[in-house]
Amino acid sequence: MTDIHHIVRVASVTKTFQMGRNVLQALKGISLEINTGDYISIMGPSGSGKSTLFNMIGGLDKPSSGKVFIDEVDIAQLDAYELAWLRCRKIGYIFQTFNLIHVMTALENVTLPMTFAGMNNDAAMEKGIKLLEMVGLGDRFRHKPSELSGGQQQRVAVARSLANDPAIILADEPTGNLDLSTGEEIIALLKRLSEETGVTIISATHDFKMLNVSDQVIWIRDGLVEKIENREDLSISVGGIGGREAVH
Amino acid sequence: MDSTHTPTGRPPAHRLVVLPFRKSLEIAYQSLKVRFFRSLITTASLVLAVSFLSFVNVGNDIANGFLATGDPERRQSLIQAGYDLGETDTRVEENPKQRWLVILSLMVCVVGIVNAQLMAVTERFREIGTMKCLGALDRFVLRLFLLEAGMQGIVGAAVGAAGGAVFAFANGLLRFGAATFQAAPWPEVLASVAAATAAGCLLSLVGVLYPALVAAKMAPVEAMRVEQ
Repeated sequence: MTDIHHIVRVASVTKTFQMGRNVLQALKGISLEINTGDYISIMGPSGSGKSTLFNMIGGLDKPSSGKVFIDEVDIAQLDAYELAWLRCRKIGYIFQTFNLIHVMTALENVTLPMTFAGMNNDAAMEKGIKLLEMVGLGDRFRHKPSELSGGQQQRVAVARSLANDPAIILADEPTGNLDLSTGEEIIALLKRLSEETGVTIISATHDFKMLNVSDQVIWIRDGLVEKIENREDLSISVGGIGGREAVH
Repeated sequence: MDSTHTPTGRPPAHRLVVLPFRKSLEIAYQSLKVRFFRSLITTASLVLAVSFLSFVNVGNDIANGFLATGDPERRQSLIQAGYDLGETDTRVEENPKQRWLVILSLMVCVVGIVNAQLMAVTERFREIGTMKCLGALDRFVLRLFLLEAGMQGIVGAAVGAAGGAVFAFANGLLRFGAATFQAAPWPEVLASVAAATAAGCLLSLVGVLYPALVAAKMAPVEAMRVEQ
C-alpha cells in the first residue's frame, strides 16, 4: 500500500484559538496524505480553516491535537533550531504579497536562503543566477524589487523558494495580487517547475485557474475536509484543458 | 514556544542554519543605506543628546584648563561667565543642575530611540516574518537590529560628540578669546569626546534592545498576513 511516498501527512489535526472568551475551533479533525511530487490546491472560502491548515503544513503553526508529519518528521517534536532548518531546507514559501526583501536585489533575495543554509557566496551567486534564468529573469538579477513588476517580483519569489532544493513549495494565494494573464504565467511556471524538479507544490487559493493544473484539489469547509478531487474527477467537473486528458 | 530550546541542546551542526557575521554586517549596512532618511531621524535625537553631553563636559575641561594656569584674572572671567567657583576651588565640576539636564536629555533620547525603533519593527514585520520563513533564527533578527543600532550609534554619537566639542570651543572663543585654545587640556578634551561617543553607542543599543526583542520573537506566519 505504501509504495507512494507521502511528503506530508496530517493525522486527525484540530486547532482551537482562544478569541477573548470564545473558543474558536478552526480545524475540527483533518486527516490528509499528500504524495511526493504532486501539485495540490487547497480550496475553501475564507474562514474555512484553509489558512490554518496551510500554515500547519508549512511548519508555521502547531496543531492543538493530532499530528503533522513533514517528510515523516513530526513537526511538534522539533525545537526552534530544527524548525528553522526545516523552513530553510525542506520548504520553499511563496506569498500572495511576494514578500521580497526590499533592501536587497533580486539575486540577493534568491541567495539569502542559501546563505542561511551555509552555502558559500560564490556557489550561491552561481546558483541564484541559474534559478533566476530558470524563471525567465536572468537579465534582471541586479534589480531591486521596487524596479520589478508584480509578476516579475513573484518570479523572483519562485526562484527564491527553490533556493535550497526544497521538497515542498508552499504557495499562499500566489496569484492573488496579480492580474489574470500574469497569474496564468505564474501558474504555468509553477507547473513546469513541479514537472521538471519533482518538487511537491501545495497552494492555498481561490483561483479557479489553479484547478486546471492541480493533480489534486482539497476542499476545506468549516474546519473539515469537504472533498478531495483527483485530476481525473477534476477534468470532468472543470472541463479538460490544454490538451491534458485524464487517463482512466 | 518558537523560541524555546530543548534541554537536549542544539541539533548536530549539519542541521543548523547560519548567518555569517560578515553577511549580517552587510545586510545591516545595506538596510541602513536604503532607509537613509529614516535612519537619520532615528539618529537625530541621539546626535543632539550626545552633543549636549559633550558640550557640557568639554566646556568644563576648558574651564579647568584656565584654572590650571593659576591666573587670577582668568579665574575672575570664569566666575563672570557663570561658573560657581568657591575661594579655594581649583577645579570646575559638573554642577547638579547641569548633571540633571544632561541625564534628562539622555533619557529623552533613549525614549525617542525606543519609539522610533518600535515603529521600524512594525513597518518591517513582513520582512522579518519572511526572513524567518526562509529559516532565520530569532538571534539572526536580534543581531541584525543590534548591528544597525550599533552603526547608527557609532556614527550618530561621534558626530554628536564632535559637534558638542566644536560648540564648546566656539563658546570659549566668544567668552575668553583665543586663549581658549592655549589653555585647553587636549587629552582631557579628547577623553570627554570619546566618553560621550561611547555613551551614545551604549544608549543606541539600550534603546534598540526592546524593539529588537519584539522583532526577534515575531512569528514567521506574520509574513503571510495580507492586510496592512
